[in-house]
Amino acid sequence: MIRPLLTSLLLCLSLVVSPALAVTPDEILDDPVLEGRARALSAELRCMVCQNQSIDDSDAPLAKDLRILVRERLVAGDSDEQVVDYLVSRYGEFVLLKPRFAWHTLVLWAAGPVALLAGLIAIVAALRRRPIREGSAEAQAVSQLSEEEERRLKALLGNTD
Amino acid sequence: MVIEFGHYALVLAFALTLVQSVLPIWGALIKDERLMAVAPPVSVTLFVLVLLSFVALTGAYLNSDFSVLNVLENSHSAKPLLYKFTGVWGNHEGSMLLWVLILVFFGALVGAFGRNLPADLRAVTLSVQGWVSAGFILFLLATSNPFTRVANPPLEGADLNPILQDIGLAIHPPLLYVGYVGFSITFSFAVAALILGRTDAAWARWVRPWTLLAWGFLTLGIAMGSYWAYYELGWGGWWFWDPVENASFMPWLAGTALLHSAIVMEKREALKVWTVLLAIFTFSLSLLGTFLVRSGVLTSVHAFATDPARGVFILGLLCFFIGGSLTLYAWRASTLKQGGLFAPISREGGLVLNNLFLTAACAAVFVGTLYPLVLDAVTGEKISVGAPFFNLTFGPLMVPLLLALPFGPVLSWKRGDLAAACQRLYAAFGLALVLALVAFWAWGMEMVLAPLGVGLAVWVMAGSVSEIVTRVKFFEIGPKRGFARLVGLPGSAWGTAFAHFGIGVTVLGIVTASAFQEEHVRTMRPGDTVDLSGYEITFDGAAPRRGPNYTEEVGHFTIRQGGAMVTELDPSKRIYTARQMPTTEAAIHTVGFSQLYLSLGESRGDGAVDVRVYFKPFITLIWIGCVIMAFGAACSMADRRLRVGAPKPARKRPSAPVAAE
Repeated sequence: MIRPLLTSLLLCLSLVVSPALAVTPDEILDDPVLEGRARALSAELRCMVCQNQSIDDSDAPLAKDLRILVRERLVAGDSDEQVVDYLVSRYGEFVLLKPRFAWHTLVLWAAGPVALLAGLIAIVAALRRRPIREGSAEAQAVSQLSEEEERRLKALLGNTD
Repeated sequence: MVIEFGHYALVLAFALTLVQSVLPIWGALIKDERLMAVAPPVSVTLFVLVLLSFVALTGAYLNSDFSVLNVLENSHSAKPLLYKFTGVWGNHEGSMLLWVLILVFFGALVGAFGRNLPADLRAVTLSVQGWVSAGFILFLLATSNPFTRVANPPLEGADLNPILQDIGLAIHPPLLYVGYVGFSITFSFAVAALILGRTDAAWARWVRPWTLLAWGFLTLGIAMGSYWAYYELGWGGWWFWDPVENASFMPWLAGTALLHSAIVMEKREALKVWTVLLAIFTFSLSLLGTFLVRSGVLTSVHAFATDPARGVFILGLLCFFIGGSLTLYAWRASTLKQGGLFAPISREGGLVLNNLFLTAACAAVFVGTLYPLVLDAVTGEKISVGAPFFNLTFGPLMVPLLLALPFGPVLSWKRGDLAAACQRLYAAFGLALVLALVAFWAWGMEMVLAPLGVGLAVWVMAGSVSEIVTRVKFFEIGPKRGFARLVGLPGSAWGTAFAHFGIGVTVLGIVTASAFQEEHVRTMRPGDTVDLSGYEITFDGAAPRRGPNYTEEVGHFTIRQGGAMVTELDPSKRIYTARQMPTTEAAIHTVGFSQLYLSLGESRGDGAVDVRVYFKPFITLIWIGCVIMAFGAACSMADRRLRVGAPKPARKRPSAPVAAE
């Protein structure tokens, strides 16, 4: 019965099959500051049995366990980094929704900025190349008017005004 | 019998796609008019055949014919009629049939209405469309046949996935597919241009309306999907950066870039080669999206192995069309003539900047979506890439784009004057600044980014309004003549203004709903009241109820404001009997543009239940903005200049009021 599920029209929707309520009242810490930190941390941690859901959003039992674990560590006095380090040591980097910057994630992190930079360089190169191409036969065929002709045209139009 | 007829029609359609794939392009290459003339009637007949086979499958669903495997697996006799109908595309086979139906529909449109295109361009375009159709109809017939029968049909079906039993399924997939598949036409035009080695005026004129059409529908489709997820999934999120969402978002980003570069190409004959490449990219991303969703590769790399035939087939199609078109591009792009020179500060320059940021953003989303798959396949290392990553990489690329956006339409073609452009935007900038300061003052200094976000959204919105106002010189010539000029503005000017205004509206919704949302999670007993954002929400109790194919526990809440009743809300938890699958049905009360959102969690015994209450300020603006954007696309398409046949010299028209100075 899993196949029609997986192949159903909206995979993202169909895989989140349980009513999602995520954080339940009994988990919430009394200290609002600690609870706030717990919520912020939860949003960056993955529920490993779900598809692309944070433990803050997921209603799976595993997500609940992880939420409680995060809160236990915070109550015990861990810093945010210590909690994350602890979870990574236990569950691997898969638990992080935002991968750490490292060699194996270099391409991932660099993709956007590199694409932007490459595009910028290509545009600048195209702009700089153009004055040379403007004089070429090919460019003349396209623009039909040479610069000289365009100047004369402008002068003529200017006179008639 | 009807099912076999539908199956037969699909096989016949496949045969016809082969005819369409070969004869017209052959005719174009040997300059045989008769062979080229084959394309239009074949493309229309093809559409009729696929439509017949789609109707046959729909009939099986409406009659609950459980001797058809597809109906058996995805339908139930007790299902409401609407969901019997929409269930046709609520599964893999049926949704691929809908995909193909829309694909051949677009082919038929070009066949039927492409009379003012040069004959060879039309023939080659339809042949390319034929290749795509052939590939996907073969995919259906070979690996995903919706017409398979079962020998001993049971009395009852397995029912449709409950989450899909929603009005959203009636609207979202067709809209999304018209968007996805609509880009196939620009793709076919681009490939035809490469094969013929020329991009003439007719080509340039045809690309933009098709792109607008596909883009408008894709925008609506994504917005609809987002709203559906928002009210159905029960925790009030509206965008999850899920790979399936990204699969539809990437063609949207590329399509938005294409839309803008097509303007430069149409008006100024520049950026032709780039536009061809973007057209190829956009449809390639649509195909990639189809592959990602359809092959099951996203759930895990191993799900791929559960049905290798399907995944491998569609991967083959993907490689053929993307690899083939890019190879063709590398080989033939140099034959296309470049034209239209322009200075960096000009309308063209602005549109190039738009393309730069949109393409980079698209690349970031692309790598983010596929990187975990590739890393896992290559090194076996498993990482997750989720919302926090995308917010950090995608967001910063959008900010400069939105900052620059209002400048684009006020710059003139070829050589723009930045100082003059700034002058026209003073008012918009002032308004944005004032509202950002008001936001700072209202919400305090601890939230720095949100007021800036509000300012950015207002800047984009006010910028698009002031573009229209200064364009008709509203304040200089008085309101009466101003209105006359407003009416006379070309559709594409309105289109630009509406689409840009819409993006500002969406950004405003995103900023306010994310930054100022209020939330309350607690266990409530009957009679309990919680206070949230000035509302008193009282839980009156819960009761069981029976629906046609589900049972549900309905909570009853009374919402008051200052003691006066505002409304009553009934969120529920359902169990769909056939699949024993639970869903949450959130209850939503809309106040102005904001929403109060209630959903039920676990029951705690003695009538107590976990309740989650949200107040989401201005959240509906997110989707309203998308509707405005799509309306902008419709305005642009209504521009009569797009409907004038390009090969004939433009008719002399009486000057529009705009031109009459």
